[in-house]
Amino acid sequence: MDFAFTEEQELLRSQARSFLSDRFSLEAVAESEGRWDPATWAEVTELGWTGVSIPEDKGGAGLGFLEEAVIFEELGRVLYPGPFFATIALALPALAERAEAVAAGELTATLAWAEPGGPHTLTDLEGIATEARPEGGAWQLTGEKALVPDLGSVQTVVVAARGPDGLGLFAVEGGTRESLPTMDSTRALGRLRLEREPATLLVEPGAAEEVLHRTRVRALAALALEAVGIGAAATALAIQHASTREQFGRPIGVYQAVSHSVVDAYVGVELGRSLAYWAAWCVAEGDEQAPIAAAAAKAQVADAAVDACERSIQVHGGIGFTWEHVLHRLYKRAQWIQSFEGFGPVLRAEVAAALLDVSDAESEVLVEQQTLETQEVA
Amino acid sequence: MNLRDTPDEAAFRGELRAWLRDNLPEELRAHRGGAGRFEELGRAWSRKLYEAGYVGLTWPREYGGVGAPYSHQAIFFEELARAEAPQHIGVIGLGMAGPTIIAHGTDEQKSAHLRRILSAEEIWCQGFSEPEAGSDLAGLKTRAEERNGGFVVNGQKVWSSFAHIAEYCLLVTRSDPEAPKHEGLTYLMVDMRSPGIEVRPLRQITGEGEFNEIFFTDVEVPRENVLGEVGQGWSVAMTTLLHERGTLGFALTAALEAAVLKLIALAKERGVVDPGLRERIAREWVELQALRYTNYRALTKLMQTGIPGPEGSITKLHWSVSNQRLTKLALEILGPEAQLLDGGGYAEGYWQFQQLRSRGNTIEAGTSEILRNIVAERVLGLPRSR
Repeated sequence: MDFAFTEEQELLRSQARSFLSDRFSLEAVAESEGRWDPATWAEVTELGWTGVSIPEDKGGAGLGFLEEAVIFEELGRVLYPGPFFATIALALPALAERAEAVAAGELTATLAWAEPGGPHTLTDLEGIATEARPEGGAWQLTGEKALVPDLGSVQTVVVAARGPDGLGLFAVEGGTRESLPTMDSTRALGRLRLEREPATLLVEPGAAEEVLHRTRVRALAALALEAVGIGAAATALAIQHASTREQFGRPIGVYQAVSHSVVDAYVGVELGRSLAYWAAWCVAEGDEQAPIAAAAAKAQVADAAVDACERSIQVHGGIGFTWEHVLHRLYKRAQWIQSFEGFGPVLRAEVAAALLDVSDAESEVLVEQQTLETQEVA
Repeated sequence: MNLRDTPDEAAFRGELRAWLRDNLPEELRAHRGGAGRFEELGRAWSRKLYEAGYVGLTWPREYGGVGAPYSHQAIFFEELARAEAPQHIGVIGLGMAGPTIIAHGTDEQKSAHLRRILSAEEIWCQGFSEPEAGSDLAGLKTRAEERNGGFVVNGQKVWSSFAHIAEYCLLVTRSDPEAPKHEGLTYLMVDMRSPGIEVRPLRQITGEGEFNEIFFTDVEVPRENVLGEVGQGWSVAMTTLLHERGTLGFALTAALEAAVLKLIALAKERGVVDPGLRERIAREWVELQALRYTNYRALTKLMQTGIPGPEGSITKLHWSVSNQRLTKLALEILGPEAQLLDGGGYAEGYWQFQQLRSRGNTIEAGTSEILRNIVAERVLGLPRSR
């Protein structure tokens, strides 16, 4: 049993943190109104972050989800507004053949699955109506996609569409794209209209469901990690403010009504951190607990991050309620994460089904943990 | 990062699991605890655990321990919970008295007590809190006067678990009333059979007597029973409390795991369909995982550095409210039956007992308010409130 990041992974974290705090501080996010400068993508890719999990022969680092986990958390901490989550968590699993371009920073992408009349989540793929038609050796897509993350920031959209042989995943470069006003302006959602839009087949019918299922688990874990970063940032701001802001002649952190609320924020985020790292390990290992761990972690950590932001806003008093202060941006990202694939109750219903609607033998996998399995000797 | 057992850990777990299957007496399985209920059985069970080499897992071999890594201690608690087996009865001795004696005791004190603590021949109780010194421990008044080369103790302690069956008491006394509050304290190991000691059980909201008051009237304590130096009682007491909170995490996770498994079994048995209740059951399972993996993080840090990380300070805060919420949820699932106790009710009133007992969780071993102060000041570095 070893539940810590390795020295190399911790080195990656400290490099990421110092680079990000110099280059993409929270203050800068507030000043730029949360807008993304596409020129910064080159800096992010130069650090190798887009190629972390891409094999070395395709220009990546050949590492795994635990290294990516570090990046997700650190990017969350500073609210980096670029399409990293969209490209790496949502699109990359379908882009195996274009991985080289992703690693090189030449390709940004997102995933479009939801549709205006439903489905809204990746658990309900049956209802996808966007149509894929073979036209003389190529494909054309027709339909409308909703709630597409970072649609306005990316080059390619991976679209889930139904062809004659079933659900497939297609790359679309064009289409009519509309970025919609979104509470979290650092990660706007968009609407994509496709009218006989030329497309390239990425994942064949038959395999698409599995890729989307795997993508969902990765994305939930990635967002749990981002939420850890958000919650930790909000808590750090609360600690700083409570230590320096004076009223009645003393720093307000001496008052227990203030300090205990900050402690509760910290405790929630740290418990969430444990869940997020557990989920990350499960994803990295392809452990059979991964789907439930990721759902449980995302549900819990998103709520913890929202709670930490709310407590931090309260501790800051009036200033925490202003547009100038960065807190509302952290708060809105935490709420964005909450809403993805459904709020806590929706995801906890999945956990409940895994615990209650199965025989005792089947729920063994959740109850038994990793016990009695030995680690492979390298 | 690797959450699976190492080959060594898996071997230990496998042996322990088999041993529990073969050795746990049926009448102890799923025992709901309460010191008064099972002294005889508990001592015998503890002795059996000791003889099988499962007690003092992390204690040095020279003191009768096993000298195993901390991960074995964690596995021990996990497997005990899964087998629904009770813990060793000498909780105070193993978690508090023993580590304090190892840290501050003389060679004579170590050889007199440590092995007997492990074998449950000596059960210990704790004499810290007083009627007027609870969270503000340094305000304690129990007096130890130096006389005839030893000490004479007068005063009263309260909330002392196991005092009615204990052989020894870890007693913090005031030896110098003129010295400042945190100085002038002396830590004594008191033989509970000494003349002048009276133990009165306190009946709790569960109806059971798990805690006691201890009255000391002219109790003579020989000088060799001073633990640490005379006047240094505060720092010795801090060692004890550090260990109380430091090793607690594994036991708490095990206790919560046992409760969550019972909750799931209850929900399955009753066929709970209400989506709200189902979601809350799922949440308790998730909260258990949060506690478990936070403990694993703390354990890894402890094994790598030898120093407990800040994670340990949050586990008790989290466990206590989880246990309170979970036990209330179980009563909700029982519905109108929730009022029925032993004899007429579900599982002999297990959940009713646990729910009432859980109200003590946010008070015992440091109230949640005091724990939040500790996290605020020592972990987050917020300005001191006092």
